[in-house]
This record gives sequence, structure tokens and C-alpha cells, in this order.
Amino acid sequence: MRFMVIVKATPESEKEGALPDPQGIADMNVHIDELMKAGVLLGYEGLHPSSKGARVHFSGKNRTVIDGPFAEAKELIAGFMILQVTSLEEAIEWVKRSPNCQPGESEVEIRRVFEPEDFSDGFSEEGIEEEKKVRAQLADQAAKK
Amino acid sequence: MPAADPHRTQALHRTQALHRTIDAVWRIESARVIAGLTRLTRDVGLAEDLAQEALVAALEQWPQSGIPDNPAAWLTATAKRRAIDLFRRNAVARRKHEELGRELEAFEQTSPDLDSPLDNTIGDDLLRLVFIACHPSLPTESRAALTLRLLGGLTTDEIARAFLTPEPTIAQRIVRAKRTLADKHIPFEVPRGSELAARLSSVLEVIYLIFNEGYSATTGDDLMRPTLCEDALRLGRILAELTPSEPEVHGLVALMEIQASRTRARVTSTGELVLLFDQNRSQWDQLLIHRGLTAIERAHKINAIRGPYLLQAEIAACHARARTPSETDWPRIVILYNELARLIPSPVIELNRAVAVSMAHGPHAGLTLIDALASEPSLARYHLLPSVRADLLYKLGRHPEARTEFERAAALTRNTRERDLLRIRAAACETDSTTWSQNF
Repeated sequence: MRFMVIVKATPESEKEGALPDPQGIADMNVHIDELMKAGVLLGYEGLHPSSKGARVHFSGKNRTVIDGPFAEAKELIAGFMILQVTSLEEAIEWVKRSPNCQPGESEVEIRRVFEPEDFSDGFSEEGIEEEKKVRAQLADQAAKK
Repeated sequence: MPAADPHRTQALHRTQALHRTIDAVWRIESARVIAGLTRLTRDVGLAEDLAQEALVAALEQWPQSGIPDNPAAWLTATAKRRAIDLFRRNAVARRKHEELGRELEAFEQTSPDLDSPLDNTIGDDLLRLVFIACHPSLPTESRAALTLRLLGGLTTDEIARAFLTPEPTIAQRIVRAKRTLADKHIPFEVPRGSELAARLSSVLEVIYLIFNEGYSATTGDDLMRPTLCEDALRLGRILAELTPSEPEVHGLVALMEIQASRTRARVTSTGELVLLFDQNRSQWDQLLIHRGLTAIERAHKINAIRGPYLLQAEIAACHARARTPSETDWPRIVILYNELARLIPSPVIELNRAVAVSMAHGPHAGLTLIDALASEPSLARYHLLPSVRADLLYKLGRHPEARTEFERAAALTRNTRERDLLRIRAAACETDSTTWSQNF
């Protein structure tokens, strides 16, 4: 199974032209090397600060573009990895081995990637109908609140 | 029914969660632990037993003590202590172990820094472990089981389920393999010079066998066992980092990455096989294709020689690059197959070459090559020969002959799903005998 390891942004990583310190990069490269040598790293990327990005806001038929930067650094992401492992626990074990390149508090989130077997039941007509009912109920409940 | 005690349920959940974490630690660390212990004991079987004992100790102790900060170091230290005890006892019984005992004590003093990631020593030990697990003195199926066990961190039960083989059979295979390695004093080393090429191809063969067992399950109801493919890919990727200057290793990795990229398009949600040209290419995994193409580039950067795995990877890449079947570069595939057939002449490759020729130059040209294989004894029971022949006959509008061949192929395949598909095609020969097949 695959997991996306999401590295959350920090005030430091959101700074204009932000790059981790050279020692941080070196430590991270060692970690990436280890993941590669273990055959579990499928891909990874680091992201520029949100000041170089944008958001597209959807509302019905409208799309509104909002340019970065965005507030609330801890809700933004600074990078990600895709790991191919056999359990959530294995993904957690790998993430725990990562060096901490952030001076302050920071967080890494681990999320499972959908794969074909996750959909194997979802394609049946009944499954889709059932899903629609559940969603309608949820929407109903939300509207009543 | 009495209500479940919530405290007991909670404790049970905690224990289960901890066991899953220990399993994960084992998956990550076992190969390195076993490799280090093999260097120490010079006996891969003993090393594995000691590592297993350390795992049992972890399962007993960690629920109370908590998981140590460096679980690999804990496992190695525990196994090493047991090794030293064992050798001391043996040394008393048999003086000839004295030297080994001293060696062990020296080893005990120099504790390897397991905090640091895979350093060269551990990398070398892992590579030695790969070569010993895939030693040619072992039967192929034992090499596969031992490799999954020692390098993949799989339990005997997991291997048995993956190969649909009874667990005692797998256990016996592993025990026998370990005994053979000990009896024949197979050294724990990376082969050098002219021996390296032959030994490396034995390793690649084992990894690809594991992959194929998962990719085109030869027995049983499932067409694929994807976790086995993932295990093989993981082994291949590990090997590629251990031997970065071997083009064929990258070739094998590329081949597996590209084949695995089609996993989700290859089988329908109800479990039927979908042939390459009928697959929804938007379902191909672009990440794996990208990895496959990168691995091919890595191989090309080493030298211009193309070995069998690299050639097959390049053929797979031709398909991966084509957004639709009609965009496939068939002339290039024919060239690659010609090269492959020269390198490793085999009836199966000749059969594939015939398919490529039929796609590049028409079904008639392909059929001529296929018919030359008709008397090939090694293909007498190979279902793909009549299956391919049936397809070409069908394309040439010779439907009654095509039907006979589809039925012959259905009778020969051991995979039930594939048999169904071939029977459907046989039946189709009757219903639309007037229409010519669609052009690809």
C-alpha cells in the first residue's frame, strides 16, 4: 500500500526564498538515501512557499483565484513523499526516522493513497445508490444543524 | 453473552497495535539484522534463527518496556548476546570454536553504529545476503522462498500464502536451503570477476520469478497477487541501490516498474483479465512508468550494452509511451525483439517476436513465424502459442481454425480466469464469422 507523507509548512518554510539550512538539507538527503536503499520511496517533492502559489476557490459555477501567500502556515504543506510500504505502522516507523530540520514545532501527516482494491466494491450499481443515500442523509443532517 | 470488559478490550487493542508496530520494525530491520549476524556467525541459517529469537524476545518484552528508541540496535544486540552464549557453550564442548569465540568477543566490543543509516558495511552485508539467498546450489523455488524470508522480511506463512503452497512445504524448503548452504560451506561474500555476472543473473532470475508469480499467477483463481509484485519490486529497488553500476539490475527494475504500472488496468472490478490493447491506459500508473523510464536511462548511462532485462524493459517502455494502442512503435519493438532473440534464443521470445512482427507487418507475416514454432516441443503445452495463433487466424478471417486454437489454448491454461476469456473468444468465432477483426 502507498502512503503520502505530507510535510506541513512552518513560519520558516513560508518565508520568502526559504530554503532549509545546509545541514538540514544534508540530513534530509541521508534520510532520502536510506528510504531509496530500502526500496520504499516512490517519489518526493519539496514546495516553494505559498507566496509563489495560488488557490482557486469553487462556489457553484464560480471560480475565484486567490494569490498566495496564505496565512496559517501549519495548514499549508511544504513537501511530500510517496512511500510504498506494507502497513500504516511501517510508514510511521519510517517517518519517525526522519531528521527534524525545523527549528520550532512542526508536523508530518501520513495519509493512505487510494488504490484499485479500495474501489472493488464501489463500482456496483447498488454500491453507488447506497453511497448516494448516505450522502443525501448527511447533507440533510448538516442542513438541519 | 456477557458484555466485553472494556479494559480488557482496550488492553487487547493496545497489544495488537504494538504487534503491528513490531511487525513494521521487523520489515524494515530484519534484513540488516540478519546480514550483520551472518557476517558474525558465518552461518546464514543460524543468523536467521538468532534474529527470530530476538524477534520473539521483542514480542515478549516490548509490551512491558515499550519500543526502544533504536529497535534495530536492540534486535541486533539481543541476537548477538544469544550468539555469544551459544558459541561459548559450543567452545567448551569443542575447542575448535575458540577462535570464533574470540572473534565474537571482539565483535561485541565494536558495536556497529546502527543509528547511522545504511553505511557501506551494512550495504555490503546486505548484498552478500542477497547472493547467498540466491545461490545457484539451491533449487529456484527455495531461492525465492529464502530471499523473501531473509531480505523481504516475510514470515513463512506469508510466503506460503503468496505462493499458494502449504506452510510446512515452505518451511521445509527454507530449512533444507539453509542446511545446503551450511553443508556446502557457501561463503558469505560478493562474487568477483567472471563469477559475478552469472551469480547476478541468478539473483535477477529469482526476483523476476517472485514478480511473475504475483503478476501472472500461474495457479489459482486470482490473476494477480499484487503484494508479491510489490515485494519483488522492493527487492529490485534495494538491489539497484546496492549495485548501481549494473545495467541489467536497472533493466529488471524498469521492466517490473512498467509492468506493475498496468496492474489496475489489467483486471476488471469483477476479476477478469484485460489484454494490453483493451486496457484503459488512463489507469496506467504514471508514477511507476516514470520510475521505469528513469531506470532505463540509468542503465543507458552505464554503457551501451543491452542485456535481456533491459531489452524487455525497453519493449515494455514502447507500450508505456503509446497513449493509444495505434500509437505503438511496432517497428522499434520488432528491432528490440530481434536483438533479444539473438541474445537469448528461445521459443517463447520467438512467439513474442511473431506477435510484434504481425503488428508491424500484418497478421500473415506473424503467422508464418508462428507456424515455424508449431513443432517446437517446449511449446507443446504452452497455452499462449495456440492463443496467439488463434488471434492471428481470427484477424485473417479464418474463424473456424481460430476457434479450434482458442479452445486448445483454453484447455492448456491453468488459470481459470484466463480460461474463461479464451472460451469467450472461441465462442465469438462462431457468432461473428463474417466480420473481420478490428484493426489495432
